[in-house]
Amino acid sequence: MDAMAAIKQTFFQECEEQLAELEIGLLAIQDGDVNPETVNAVFRAVHSIKGGAGAFSLDDLVHFAHVFETAMDHLRAGRLAPSHEVLKTMLRAMDVLADFVRAARDGGCVDAERSQTLAKELRALDPDGSGAGSEMDDEEIAFEPVLMDQSMFDDELEAAAAPPVRLFTIRFRPKATLYAKANETALLLREIGLLGEMAIACDASALPLLSELDPEGGYLSWTIELLTTQDEAAIREVFEFVEWDCDLDIESDAASAAPDDIDLAALIQKMQATVEAELSALSPPPTRVDPLAEASRKDADASADPGVIDLAKARQKKSEQAVGEHLGPKPDQGAAGGASQPTIRVDLDRVDRLINLVGELVINQAMLAQRVMEAGLARASGVATGLDELEQLTREIQDSVMAIRAQPVKSVFQRMPRLVREVAAMTGKLVRLVTEGENTEVDKTVIERLADPLTHMIRNAIDHGLESPEARAAAGKPEEGLVHLSALHRSGRIVIEVSDDGAGINRARVKEIAASKGLIAADASLSDEEIDNLIFLPGFSTAPSISDISGRGVGMDVVRRSIQALGGRISITSRPGRGSTFTMSLPLTLAVLDGMVVTVAGQTLVVPLTAIVETLQPKIADVHGFGGGARVIAIREHFTPLIDVGRELDYRGENADPLACVALLVESEGGVRSALLVDAILGQRQVVIKSLEANYRHVPGIAAATILGDGRVALILDVDAVVASSRADSAAFEQSLATAG
Amino acid sequence: MSKTVLTVDDSRTMRDMLMLALSDAGYRVVQAEDGVHGLEVLLGETPDVIVTDINMPRMDGFGFIEGVRSDDRHRAVPILVLTTESDAGKKDRARRAGATGWIIKPFDPVKLVAAIRRVAA
Repeated sequence: MDAMAAIKQTFFQECEEQLAELEIGLLAIQDGDVNPETVNAVFRAVHSIKGGAGAFSLDDLVHFAHVFETAMDHLRAGRLAPSHEVLKTMLRAMDVLADFVRAARDGGCVDAERSQTLAKELRALDPDGSGAGSEMDDEEIAFEPVLMDQSMFDDELEAAAAPPVRLFTIRFRPKATLYAKANETALLLREIGLLGEMAIACDASALPLLSELDPEGGYLSWTIELLTTQDEAAIREVFEFVEWDCDLDIESDAASAAPDDIDLAALIQKMQATVEAELSALSPPPTRVDPLAEASRKDADASADPGVIDLAKARQKKSEQAVGEHLGPKPDQGAAGGASQPTIRVDLDRVDRLINLVGELVINQAMLAQRVMEAGLARASGVATGLDELEQLTREIQDSVMAIRAQPVKSVFQRMPRLVREVAAMTGKLVRLVTEGENTEVDKTVIERLADPLTHMIRNAIDHGLESPEARAAAGKPEEGLVHLSALHRSGRIVIEVSDDGAGINRARVKEIAASKGLIAADASLSDEEIDNLIFLPGFSTAPSISDISGRGVGMDVVRRSIQALGGRISITSRPGRGSTFTMSLPLTLAVLDGMVVTVAGQTLVVPLTAIVETLQPKIADVHGFGGGARVIAIREHFTPLIDVGRELDYRGENADPLACVALLVESEGGVRSALLVDAILGQRQVVIKSLEANYRHVPGIAAATILGDGRVALILDVDAVVASSRADSAAFEQSLATAG
Repeated sequence: MSKTVLTVDDSRTMRDMLMLALSDAGYRVVQAEDGVHGLEVLLGETPDVIVTDINMPRMDGFGFIEGVRSDDRHRAVPILVLTTESDAGKKDRARRAGATGWIIKPFDPVKLVAAIRRVAA
């Protein structure tokens, strides 16, 4: 029972794999893939699910899978063209199939109306119009024999006390082809013998001279007299596999189909006597002649019987042994999935431990380098060169270890087509999703936390971005809207874009709403970009009514916060009438970071390199103060807020002298630029991120911590938070959008 | 000595089920994932019976049967085909490719063992 439960679990795992396969295949076909292997793979996926489900008597699943498979078979056989409509139905059927699988696994039920509608639609795909229903019947008939088994017969025997005993005369003449398919007369005769009492006569008259004998020919024929309570069908079943490869003639002796008054015991005894006599007379020829024909085959039937008898005894022993065998091939099977590219499954904890250790190694290596430098060794010394090599190796080890955790974003992207179909159906819009770069790899933790924001963005793109088919037609666009989802690596980060070819952001309306909600001053003068970014403000929603799909008042604000929590950025570009593009940029890993090490009021801080646009030495003429200690700096004719990090973090009470400092021009949320004032830049290096929340507590303005080469703890600056809090302090920028963050 | 059965099926579930049913019945089971793999396994194994699926990637059951039948070492091994399709066409094609018999999925372990017994000594 346990073994079955384990297999069932395997089955569900496999179902998930098959469903993924199915989706990839269907989408490929939709995009014009005409490779027959693709269609085959798709068919096979449904077929396998059905096959496994049958084994576990998951009837609903079997039933739906069967209807699906039938439709798929038309596609495979070329009776059905892979039109857009057909594929749409199939993709939706796939979703229902997935629901069935999950319902079977987790309990619960499937939306009956939806599944019936789809089953109907699938049946309607049958080019003959009639097929599906009747084929199902066939199938059910075919399943029937599986249930009708020995035990069932036994029940029957008990119930209907004495079934009639009949005498059958079976004439059986195997052809050479029977042997060529590795069938065995001796075994067939043995099976017949199990049905009742039998007497066998072998006719060897057709046997040629030895010199003319084809060792693989079929020359012998047999006449079997069988006394049995079974009917002709049972006998035919024995010959089921060979009926094309032999002449078979079964006659039933009506006379012996006798009622109760026949003395059964006597008859059997008589038959037995005849059988034994004839057997002893006849068995030599078959054993003597047969080996000629069978020598090329395998061991003679003599060894066969003990084998069968031993079976029951062996069963016990074997099943113990089988446990071992069962365990043996298991890991192998794990690797089976991607036979072309061998993989192993590793406990995530082990990888994490390795990553932590490598992190320590990096820190240790940095310490060593610092000690060597402090010792005043020459750059050209053997130790220094060795250390350089060590540094390079450490880097490589770190990259390789990170790569273990990296996974293609595919796992998240794959969930989106279904979402698109569902949202499209709910909104009545026509949508096509195009994905790109799904093999782009990123750390597993990033992937896991990517699904929600991405789901939200795609919903938004369809619900708010795309217009209704009518509106699109009126605007001269194709009725079907396009949502483009892509991922790529750019300068050590992963960039994910969600774009639509909808109406773009209605800036006038966005501004109006923002003003009416008091998010901006009614007369605020904002650039297009700033207006677009208003949608990221908390509580902002442009939908006139709160719809089912998106816009529960949480909107893009939540998306932005979850992206920021991942150390990412999100921005939007929009062109009226042409659509909008959301761009997310995320770190590839949450474990290391490229940072600039700076000092502020005697403290060492790390500023994430990704935030820094440039560094500069402020000139006194460029710095202007205005009220409340706020200052701006003119950089190439733009006034940018100048933020003293030391003051912002309460390291010092007074603004530092800009002339003695360095300014880092940073870009924070929504592309807003600010200049951060720090005392000095120490250098640029990769640091291992140690969570401050996990080890201490959350500190405003600080994202995390790291350990530097000299063993000191350095805090990693949260640039967005510092900028935002500085703006919140500053009345001059109160109305600006950054108040939100 | 127990008999060896080679099972060829791309579905892990099906392989596990076959393994369970056959090892319970006292058979030694070797497994392969598709036709190509099956032929590879045959280089090192001499099973008494082969049970194969039809619809598989890389090499389907028909190709696999033909491969076995054209190999002098294994051409006399009985091959049972696993099939959900009850339609005659599939069976006929398997038969012409040289299959010894067939088992209809979903299979009943008793039935499976009976079918194997019917073709293997």
